[in-house]
Amino acid sequence: MGRITLEKVQKKFGEVEVIPPLDLTIEDGEFVVFVGPSGCGKSTLLRLIAGLEDVTGGEIRIDGQPATNLPPAKRGLAMVFQSYALYPHMSVRKNIAFPLKMANMPVEEQNRRIETAAKALNLTDYLDRRPGQLSGGQRQRVAIGRAIVREPSAFLFDEPLSNLDAALRVGMRLEISELHKKLETTMIYVTHDQVEAMTMADKIVVLRAGHIEQVGTPLELYHTPRNLFVAGFIGSPKMNIIGGETAARHDAMHIGIRPEHMDIVESGGSFVGKVGVAEHLGSDTFFHVHLAEMDEPMTVRATGEVGLRYGDTIHLTPQADKIHRFDKKGLRIA
Amino acid sequence: MARAISPRKKLMWTALAWGFGLLIFFPILWTFLTSFKAESTAISDPPVWFFFDWTVQNYHDVLERSNYPLALMNSIIIAVGSTLLGIVIAVPAAWAMAFVPGDRTKDVLLWMLSTKMLPAVGVLYPLVLIAKYFGVMDSRLLLVVVLMLINLPIIVWMLYTYFREIPGEILEASRMDGASLKNEILYVLTPMALPGIASTILLNVILAWNEAFWTILLTTVDAAPLTKFIASFSAPEGLFYAKLSAASIMAIAPILIMGWFSQKQLVRGLTFGAVK
Repeated sequence: MGRITLEKVQKKFGEVEVIPPLDLTIEDGEFVVFVGPSGCGKSTLLRLIAGLEDVTGGEIRIDGQPATNLPPAKRGLAMVFQSYALYPHMSVRKNIAFPLKMANMPVEEQNRRIETAAKALNLTDYLDRRPGQLSGGQRQRVAIGRAIVREPSAFLFDEPLSNLDAALRVGMRLEISELHKKLETTMIYVTHDQVEAMTMADKIVVLRAGHIEQVGTPLELYHTPRNLFVAGFIGSPKMNIIGGETAARHDAMHIGIRPEHMDIVESGGSFVGKVGVAEHLGSDTFFHVHLAEMDEPMTVRATGEVGLRYGDTIHLTPQADKIHRFDKKGLRIA
Repeated sequence: MARAISPRKKLMWTALAWGFGLLIFFPILWTFLTSFKAESTAISDPPVWFFFDWTVQNYHDVLERSNYPLALMNSIIIAVGSTLLGIVIAVPAAWAMAFVPGDRTKDVLLWMLSTKMLPAVGVLYPLVLIAKYFGVMDSRLLLVVVLMLINLPIIVWMLYTYFREIPGEILEASRMDGASLKNEILYVLTPMALPGIASTILLNVILAWNEAFWTILLTTVDAAPLTKFIASFSAPEGLFYAKLSAASIMAIAPILIMGWFSQKQLVRGLTFGAVK
């Protein structure tokens, strides 16, 4: 079991309020991702749940039991750190065994669990090596191994993939998702990468300056962002935000149109502009289009190859039902 | 790319480096040679280098005339004792400052270091009066405590620097893994900091061994270490260079040998923080 509830949880560092009182429920078995720009308090929130930081106010419950004042060791959670945080003076085997040794588990049971974890994570051949002799991906696996052998009620991941190169990151992303499907244990995952959030999460918590901006499934956030911040943060490339008269015509302060919801037409579109830089990905082409009514170029996604060149005139029409409207406060207009 | 150095230049620099090395080593070499000369040869002008009648008479005389074993024992107890006591006190201090620093941690560190810039003689009278009041003049205990206090700032600084190199996340990981504070220190912190603790111990044993100001002024006979033992051969009976040299060699030999065997650790200790 691993149901985690936060009630009015608050954190101050001295006078600075990093996390204003906040409520959140994480259901048993859920894969929850905390996402937001750096400095938004997502790592602090994770460390509060872990018990590595003390809360300034509020209550944390794990499976209904008060855990606010429990030391990290007593919360039954396991954590994977950004730097892996392996014990450099211990072999891989001893690293994985450490939490079991601390729990005074019988040696036979320890060995059985280590073998199982090593097999699942492809580490069997490396059990006698030191962390310093392993590659980044292997170290990450050891860190995960050390977390799973304890059979914790929830896993906490603090930007675990940000030290890996792009190709490895995609691989590990799949492995972690796979692990979650297999173990069905609660996982809380912190990242600043919205692609990781979208691909892995059951539920995404978007944070800004310690505030929860929106909680929802990846597609809920994509289709119905609650405000301008979430609209701009979720989705790649970013949503085009347009203000001024164009927005006023839609009875809004700002309107948002995703690059993939903008159609290129022969003539007479809603927007007319000049083609700027084009990014060719093969399957897609992203055009940066300069419009008279906007300071920033508008991004447009076209499928496949389109015969437009730098400086050409382009006509665009947004898909009518995919226009997001926002009011003066930046909130979504339903 | 490595820099290209011509063989001639290399030869020149090598000769120069050796020249400097010999220059620095010369006093010790000369002391060593003198300790095997007769007193008359020791002061002869021009000096005799290697071709004299080698004798161990000076060593016999020195051992006969004074209590070398006692002085050696005192030096060992004072140097090792003050260092270990310092470590016991400095480890918690350095740990607190490295892993849970407060707003004023930097100030405390600088203030501690600033005490090293004070002339030691400034606290000589108060210290002598305090020692007399407690009746601990000329005792090993006094020397252990005083030398510990003298070197404590350096011990704390060195340990602090080593502990700072240990990533806090590893300690947090051990906490998440269920380690109590005791186990965290025993299984994770200490093994990781061991090289640092070892170099700190080595360097401070040497510092305490060589310390002459306090050891000479605060001891007479019972607690007199090797520094006092050397000094006793210089003043009262006029200068006897050969015997003084023999006494010096006997005093520095143990620490020299120890230093030789632990060169690697020492170099790391002296350049701490310079290279990660």
